[in-house]
Amino acid sequence: MSAHNDENRPDEVDLSDPKLTRFEVYREGLRRDDIEIIHYEPRFPKPGTGAEKRMERIVGGLFLGAGLFATLFVVAYIWWPWEYDGTASWRDPQTWYTPILGVTLGLSLLLFAVGVLTWAKKLLPVEELVQDRHDGGSSTEDRRIAESTVDTTVEDMGLKRRPFLVKAALLGAAPLGLAAVAPLGGLIKDPGDSLMVTAWNAERYNDGDPVGLMMKDGALVRPDMVSVGGQITVFPAIEHGASNEFANAPTLLIHLREQDAEKLRENLYPMYQEVDAMWGNFVAYSKICTHVGCPASLYEQQSQRLLCPCHQSQFNVIDNAAPIFGPATRHLPMLPITVDEQEGHFVATSDFLVPPGPAFWNRPSLPEEDEE
Amino acid sequence: MKRRNGNADSLMTKAGGELDDRFKLARPARVLMNKVFPDHWSFLLGEIALFSFILLLLTGTFLALFFEPSMAHTTYEGSYVPLQGVGMSKAYESTLDISFEVRGGLIMRQMHHWATLLFMASMLVHMMRIFFTGAFRAPRETNWLIGILMFWVAFFEGFFGYSLPDDGLSGTGLRIMEGMTASIPFIGPWASAALFGGPFPGDSVISMIYIFHVFLFPLILLALITVHVGLVFAQKHTQWPGPGRTEHNVVGFRMFPNYVMKQVGFMLFIWGVVAAMAGLFQINPVWLFGPYEASVVSSGSQPDFYVMYLDGLIRLFPAWEFRMAPYFTLAPVFWPGIVGMGLSVLLPLLYPAIERRFTKDRGHHNLLQRPRDVPARTGVGVMVIVFWLIGVVSGGNDVFAETFDISLNAMTWGGRIGIVVLPILSYYLTYRICLGLQQHDREVLAHGLETGILMRDPDGRFYEVHQPLAEPDEHGHTELEYSGAPVPKKMNRVGALPPTDKGFFKSIEEPSDNGGTSRDEIEAGHK
Repeated sequence: MSAHNDENRPDEVDLSDPKLTRFEVYREGLRRDDIEIIHYEPRFPKPGTGAEKRMERIVGGLFLGAGLFATLFVVAYIWWPWEYDGTASWRDPQTWYTPILGVTLGLSLLLFAVGVLTWAKKLLPVEELVQDRHDGGSSTEDRRIAESTVDTTVEDMGLKRRPFLVKAALLGAAPLGLAAVAPLGGLIKDPGDSLMVTAWNAERYNDGDPVGLMMKDGALVRPDMVSVGGQITVFPAIEHGASNEFANAPTLLIHLREQDAEKLRENLYPMYQEVDAMWGNFVAYSKICTHVGCPASLYEQQSQRLLCPCHQSQFNVIDNAAPIFGPATRHLPMLPITVDEQEGHFVATSDFLVPPGPAFWNRPSLPEEDEE
Repeated sequence: MKRRNGNADSLMTKAGGELDDRFKLARPARVLMNKVFPDHWSFLLGEIALFSFILLLLTGTFLALFFEPSMAHTTYEGSYVPLQGVGMSKAYESTLDISFEVRGGLIMRQMHHWATLLFMASMLVHMMRIFFTGAFRAPRETNWLIGILMFWVAFFEGFFGYSLPDDGLSGTGLRIMEGMTASIPFIGPWASAALFGGPFPGDSVISMIYIFHVFLFPLILLALITVHVGLVFAQKHTQWPGPGRTEHNVVGFRMFPNYVMKQVGFMLFIWGVVAAMAGLFQINPVWLFGPYEASVVSSGSQPDFYVMYLDGLIRLFPAWEFRMAPYFTLAPVFWPGIVGMGLSVLLPLLYPAIERRFTKDRGHHNLLQRPRDVPARTGVGVMVIVFWLIGVVSGGNDVFAETFDISLNAMTWGGRIGIVVLPILSYYLTYRICLGLQQHDREVLAHGLETGILMRDPDGRFYEVHQPLAEPDEHGHTELEYSGAPVPKKMNRVGALPPTDKGFFKSIEEPSDNGGTSRDEIEAGHK
């Protein structure tokens, strides 16, 4: 269906006519593509006027400018001092290396872009054309031919007459599909108890000796190393104990003020009372947030809160690090600690009593946790 | 060497003939060059995404020459002093080397990152254009589906990309991904173990996501882009309603030279902007974050903007954990993280079908709708945008809280309440605004334009003179149908005022040599 006036549409021309102009041949092409010219005129009807020359000079200048800045980019890339020597001051030329590259390359591209766009918008003919859309499906004729072609193919293969072959092919293809994805099975690993046992487990990681508390540099932690009200991050004192190999082990050791420690002792969950989890006014909480596992590392001494900066879960230090705000649902597990009588440094008397870190699908709900 | 006979014209003809002999190109080349495209600025938003994707392929290839996707342990000995002697992975070390030791490496990294942000942002804006104008309706539902799929492939492409450097910030992002993965019912811990090769973080995840980032996802994107653009080409672009424009034609200009020149210019423009931004504005300074350590994080840890809404939802979701004692636990992150993301994929995919259920409209549509003419859809769209924006703001609520000295907890509660209340409110407001705009269009069509000229009749009554848009009947009314095209609202729009003076230093006359017809008149369909 044609949407516009067919009377405006030029008639078919005889292409063998030698008197045809180039434009007439061109318009015949448009006609064959169902295109009609609504409006078409040169931007400058009189070629070579001052206005046209001026526009040409502008576009030419833009292209040449682009070339200039591209050259500057290459020159700067090769000869501008660029090597970072460990100091950064705006006086050093190497500080300006990246900005100079960006500005020269950017300006070169932008000038070329504006040149091309100006050419298109100011020098190309003013045109408006309309083309038939031919929306919708094929003609009924075409459809009918296609249908019978498909039907013939189906018939030739005998897909309808040979149901056994179809079923057998499907039954054969299904395992083949499985065989294609089966090699991915190599990725499957049993997480085992890796989400529940940490490097504080003495039997597994330290031949049964209680695991000591160490700092990142490996120094064992003694009570006098943490001032009252202070806190440090401690790691299990085993090989690679402070590395990402044991990402669930980082623990926060807090030296509480007397009155805060008193409150915590009153609030202490029975499971922690039983194992005497605190030592003096010292308490150790898992640093791995029980929400999704970021380190809950911001300690607000005045309000006695631990805050996880990822999703703002907040834990009350003087109430078993129970969650008091944000999306976390469980307290930060307490690491039962004591001080080794002979050596004078902290050791963990056992692993965490409940799995640390975020919840996972097969995380067991321990009866002890119901006391929270 | 002897000069060839003949001029450039005959050489071209000869070359064309040789090509046509082999490939039979004469007809397809002519059809392609003559193809008519409709013209509107909003049709170029998807192109921004396409052009930034090409730039991403180019800069990404450069980066891949120097990046080492390995979590093997090493000690930094490069020229960035604060990290000298620090243990880190080879991935992080090679990212630092790209920034400090590779000539021009830093600007390539920054171009890659800025182009990504532009890629994602332009896809979002392009999707909004398609949505609000109803361009996803039949026969173009398939392209809408492909577009949504591309967005989500690009989402993970981007997330994996910024996870590759293995710095303090990106490692925290991976940690959150681990928490989300492990929360999935039935398969969670196993899926997480497969991803990280055992317990988090393991030593293989970087090399695994690397092959997704540089091979699998770009390949999928490239294939989908080809189909996406091919379908736009084959089904022909939609157009705005206007004089002479129907469901059955395309009004615009030819592919060659007009459309192609504008496209090339636009592509270079986008690249120029990205290059300048990469030189002038710092992005993702990984050297400040240090290597990833499971025990270290700081406040102000934000993902890239397109991931922020998800992080915001996770921050806002209440602390609801379901325990099926003693065996199973459904973590609170499951709802916003897994269900929230799943719905963000599924609902947009289903939207064209959902809308069709309500409208019962099965016809083909090649003319776009103005958002005001479909208040319900526009309302839903604004609702989604408001929901998304609250998620994004909440994803940075610690930064907002600190910058504006607001309580962090108040920000969280504001977000929790806002994300429920504000989308509903914005749906209602949008709906009413759309109706108001519709009514104003009808009013102008019936009574004419407000001229701003006040008159006083002999009784002392003041009234405003209206300029009817057609010959009025005896009551001063015009019976004009609303056609879906913009209705003029100002006298300037119907040519009441001459164009303002041109010229910077002194007034210059309108150039007389374009025949006196202005572009506006041509566009309005006057000959």
